[in-house]
Amino acid sequence: MSELMLNPWIRALFWGLVMITGVMTVTAWSTWFERKFAGRMQSRMGPTLVGPLGLLQPIADACKLLQKEDLVPDSADRALFNLAPILTVGFALGVAAVVPFTPTMLAADLDVGVLWLLALSGLMVFPTWMGSWASNNKYSLISAMRAVAQGISYEIPMVLAIMVPVIMTGTLSLSDMVADQQKNGWIIYRLPLTGFLAFVIFFLAGLAEANRIPFDIPEAESELVAGPTTEYTGMKFGLFYMAEYIHTLLSSAICAAVFFGGWDGPIAPGLHWMLLKSVILFVFLTWVRWSFLRLRSDQLMNICWKYAVPATLALIPVTAFYTVYAAGKGGV
Amino acid sequence: MTAIARARAPRPDPFLDIDNYDPEADLMVMNLGPQHPSTHGVFRVLLYLDGEIIIKAVPYPGYLHRGVEKLCEKLTYAQITPIVDKNDYVAPMLNEQAVNMAFEKMLGAEVPPRALHMRTLIAEIQRVASHLLWLGTFAMDLGGALGGGTSVFMYCFREREAILDLFEKLTGCRFHYNTHTVGGQRHDIPAGWAAEVHRVLGAISDRIGEYEAMLSHPIFLKRTKGVGVIDAQLALELGLTGPLLRASGVDHDLRRDAPYHIYDQIKDLKVAVESDGDCLARYKVRVAELRESIRISRLLVDNVPEGPICGGRPIKQPGQFKAKAGQVYVGIETPRGELGTYLIAGGGKMGDTPYRLKIRPPSLHALAVVPYVFPGHSVSDAVAILGSLDPIMGEVDR
Repeated sequence: MSELMLNPWIRALFWGLVMITGVMTVTAWSTWFERKFAGRMQSRMGPTLVGPLGLLQPIADACKLLQKEDLVPDSADRALFNLAPILTVGFALGVAAVVPFTPTMLAADLDVGVLWLLALSGLMVFPTWMGSWASNNKYSLISAMRAVAQGISYEIPMVLAIMVPVIMTGTLSLSDMVADQQKNGWIIYRLPLTGFLAFVIFFLAGLAEANRIPFDIPEAESELVAGPTTEYTGMKFGLFYMAEYIHTLLSSAICAAVFFGGWDGPIAPGLHWMLLKSVILFVFLTWVRWSFLRLRSDQLMNICWKYAVPATLALIPVTAFYTVYAAGKGGV
Repeated sequence: MTAIARARAPRPDPFLDIDNYDPEADLMVMNLGPQHPSTHGVFRVLLYLDGEIIIKAVPYPGYLHRGVEKLCEKLTYAQITPIVDKNDYVAPMLNEQAVNMAFEKMLGAEVPPRALHMRTLIAEIQRVASHLLWLGTFAMDLGGALGGGTSVFMYCFREREAILDLFEKLTGCRFHYNTHTVGGQRHDIPAGWAAEVHRVLGAISDRIGEYEAMLSHPIFLKRTKGVGVIDAQLALELGLTGPLLRASGVDHDLRRDAPYHIYDQIKDLKVAVESDGDCLARYKVRVAELRESIRISRLLVDNVPEGPICGGRPIKQPGQFKAKAGQVYVGIETPRGELGTYLIAGGGKMGDTPYRLKIRPPSLHALAVVPYVFPGHSVSDAVAILGSLDPIMGEVDR
């Protein structure tokens, strides 16, 4: 078994399958968790009827979505309309490939993991845009405009923010990044404030990317009915939601790996630490979502362009200076 | 000139000529409604968009027209109360009070002091329920169905539920009460009700601060401050009343300025006034009214005088009341503003039904600001402004 796993192709295939199955399963039950959590926050019960504690609710939801009639509007662009939900889940799962859970448990240990991550999450705007435009619905069209405007705004601070850990650790591979943190301390506290600020900006950009409140501007149920998914039915609609949850989960996992030392931790095995950190971040994300209101798209652009971009631009030279200075003295 | 500057020029032109607007502009026509999550009922606004900025808005109410006023011409005075319940379905008690006050004035019926006291109390408790519903839906308009908005919404509905329980104990119904009648009340206060009122309103007044805390973050301020400004001049021209008028800086409240029921006995009635006229001012006015109504209700519930709850004979048959020919107008302060009832009685053979009953709904006048205030804002703001106007389509279309 272990000899087989040394073959990179077999290893990639194995962990890829594990990752996809795992991520999909966790995604399904993260919706249960979120509904339970929101219910408790709002003095409700959340799902209770399907299975013990409502634990079978995700399965019931999936069955319901699969039974729905598959509608494509007459005036929609059929090919793009059908392609969009597939791509959105595809891109979201693609990100999972580089998330390092333990030194061995990752689908692809890319040397350019960070670039892969940024590229795929940058592409995430396209399916939303594609689907909205292809549905030929005015609400969807506005949401497509908003999605693109938002995408351009948050991508830049996101890329700049992740440069800070890249400079500190000197690598673009996520697993090397965690290994470096194991040796030299977590990014979040390694240098005064810089790591923390980069984390905050990266985390907010992750919120914007997953279309969650306070940045769920393209979707905006109260304004644009259902935004990009207005014309979608059944499982196609479900795929959009799945992508949203996969993104939320993965951005917590990536934050845990990049800023909080990934599998680094005492006593318990690494995987436990990684999962624990990811879950804590996911709970925090959920908490934020159910407490805040939505920003307007011009306000989001204001925040991104006027505050986040200059802040990250300032962070990069500061980090570089610190790192070089520290290296001159033989490490922090 | 950009679309924003053009639309925000001194006062936007509601009759903007779209054909000659700007040949270069890439305009889109969008229907907000009639079925839309944030129109609070069936209401359609035709939006002309330049990008996402509204340059012209044309409201089309009328989808919920049921012909209530015409129906009232066929019903006797005692039969009308349950019909008008369905007008402003968020504050049905006040609809009942408005028509019955008009009938009493017309028929010369005396209302005993206990009934008047109960009406004041009921009106104030109903105002709390109505403002709670508004607060919840407004937060939902700003925060969407899957976010913090729903949290505030659920809390507000939890409290409103307790108030509906109070009314259920009083009248047997949760929503369409039919408890007011010509000359007084149908249902007397049950034993132990006062303690229940204290318990429920005490709990709500403790929690209002929590809702304010949930809504006092920078995002809420950003979304409401300076959004949808209605200046006092415009408010007066369009006949706005109630919290909308007071948020625009006009100190006017019928409870104090033209007292009815026993409002003249409440000496220290505080009327909340804000001067900004934006969504934030309307929110502040309503929250202040929430507190004030709770305070008044808790004062009133302890001092209900003893006595009969209905003057005259109990109502046995529809044609019991006969009115002489004449006309009256009665205006009362509902949570949305001045609810007017204009009644023309036929007299003679037509003495037992109104000749004409005209209801002046405050929400209809509130919606008149849409073409003046929407231009220059984005679609997101339009939803926030519409929510802050608190329109109830049942009473707009009647």
